[in-house]
Amino acid sequence: MFHRFANPARFSRLAATLLPWTAGLTAILFAAGIYFMLFASPADYQQGETVRIMYVHVPSAWMAMAAYTFIAVMSAVALIWKHPLADVAARAAAPLGAGFTIIVLVTGSLWGKPTWGTWWVWDARLTSVLVLFFLYLGHIALTHAFDNPQRGARAAAVLALVGFVNVPIIKFSVDWWNTLHQPASITRLDAPAIDPSMLTPLLLMSLAFTLYFATMLLVRMRADLNAARTRALRLSAAEHSTAS
Amino acid sequence: MIGFMLILRRELRLAWRGGTDAVIAVVFFVLAAVLFPFGVGTDPGMLPRIGGGIIWVVALLAAMLSLERMFAGDHEDGSLDLLYLSPVPLGTLALAKAAAHWLTTGVLLLVAAPVLALLYNLPGEAIGALAASMLLGTPVLSLVGGIGAALTLGARRGGVLLALLILPLYIPVLIFGAGAIDGAVAGRPIGPQLMVMGGFLLAALALAPWATAAALRQAIE
Repeated sequence: MFHRFANPARFSRLAATLLPWTAGLTAILFAAGIYFMLFASPADYQQGETVRIMYVHVPSAWMAMAAYTFIAVMSAVALIWKHPLADVAARAAAPLGAGFTIIVLVTGSLWGKPTWGTWWVWDARLTSVLVLFFLYLGHIALTHAFDNPQRGARAAAVLALVGFVNVPIIKFSVDWWNTLHQPASITRLDAPAIDPSMLTPLLLMSLAFTLYFATMLLVRMRADLNAARTRALRLSAAEHSTAS
Repeated sequence: MIGFMLILRRELRLAWRGGTDAVIAVVFFVLAAVLFPFGVGTDPGMLPRIGGGIIWVVALLAAMLSLERMFAGDHEDGSLDLLYLSPVPLGTLALAKAAAHWLTTGVLLLVAAPVLALLYNLPGEAIGALAASMLLGTPVLSLVGGIGAALTLGARRGGVLLALLILPLYIPVLIFGAGAIDGAVAGRPIGPQLMVMGGFLLAALALAPWATAAALRQAIE
C-alpha cells in the first residue's frame, strides 16, 4: 500500500484530499477538548485548578514520544526499503516533535512550581525528556548540515535509529528509578487509575494533538515536495536560458 | 581479525607520526579541569564532592576533540573508498578506528585522571573508582564517538555538530561514571555503577560498530 504513494504527485493529491478533513477534525477536537479542559472537568482535590495543565502536558508528552517513534519507523523504512517519501516524512516530523517536547518541558515546569515547589528537578523522566529534546535538535541539525539533502536525510535516519533507545527509557523511567514525577496512570497493563471525568478531556486533547500532528505533517510534506519541484524547475529554467 | 590488526597498526602508526594531536587532547583535559576551581572556589570540602562529575565531563569533551578526524582524513584522500572496497567489513574498520582512538586518547586520559584526582582532593578509594570507571567508560566514548564521526562526515560545521549529536548519547556513561566516583567519596559500594558501565561497554562493543558501518555506508555512497 505504501509503495503506491512513493510517487510524490500521487501523495500530494492524497494529502490535498485528506487535509480539509484532518484540519476540520483537529479544530473540532480542540474546541471540545478545551471546553472540557477548562469548564466541564473538576478541579483536583489536592492540586486545585493547576491540574488543568495536565490536559496539555500529558498529550504533548505522548506526542513527543510518538513523533520520535514515527521518525524512527520512517528512518528504518528509508534505510531498508529506500522509500522516497520516508525521508520527507521524517524531516517533516522532526520540528513538530521538537515543538511538542518544548511544550512538555515548559508546561511541566509551570506545573511543577506550584505542586512540587520547584521549576526543575534532575529526576530520571525530566532528564531523559531533556535528552529527547537534544536528540530532536541533533536530528534537525544533521538533516540540514550537508549540501546534498539526500546525504543529510540518510545520516539523520541513522541518528534517529541510534537515539531510539531513549524512548523506552523515558517511558519506563518512572518505574525503574525513584522519581519525583508520578508513575503511569493510563498506559499500563491495569485499568486507568484516573477518574472518567478527567479521562475524557485528556483523551479529547490527545486526539486533538494527534490530528494536529497529522495535519501539520501533511502540510509540511506537501511543502517539502513543492519546494523540491520548485528547485528542479528553477534549475531546468536556468539550464534552458543558458542553453538558448 | 587480520584486517582488524592491520588497520589498527596503520592507525597507530599514523597517530605516532602525527605527533602532538593526542597530547593536545590530554592537555585540554588537564587545563579545563584546572579551570573549575578558579570558577567555583577552592574550598577543600566542596571540591571532592563535585570533582568526580567535573573530571568526567571534561574527559567527555576531551575525548570528543579528536573524534572529528577519525574518518575525515581517509574520506578526503579517498582511502575510505579503498577500505570500503577491501575484504575488511566496515564494522571491523569501525572497531579498529575506535580501538585506535581509545589507545591514543582514552588511555592518555586514563593516565592523566589520577593527577586531577589529587588536584580535586579526592580520597584514595575514589581514585580507584575513578580509574575503574574511566577504564570501562572511555572505550564507550570512542565507540559511540565513532558513530558520530561517521554521521558527520562531509558536513558543514562538522565539529560542533558532532558534539551536539553525541553528547546526549554520552549522558548515561557520564551519569554512572560520575556516580561511581561520588559513591566512593561518600563511602558507598560502587559495584552496581561499575557493572552498569560494564554493560554499556559490552552493548557498545556489539552495536556501535554496526551503527558506525551503516553511517559510513551512507557517507561513501
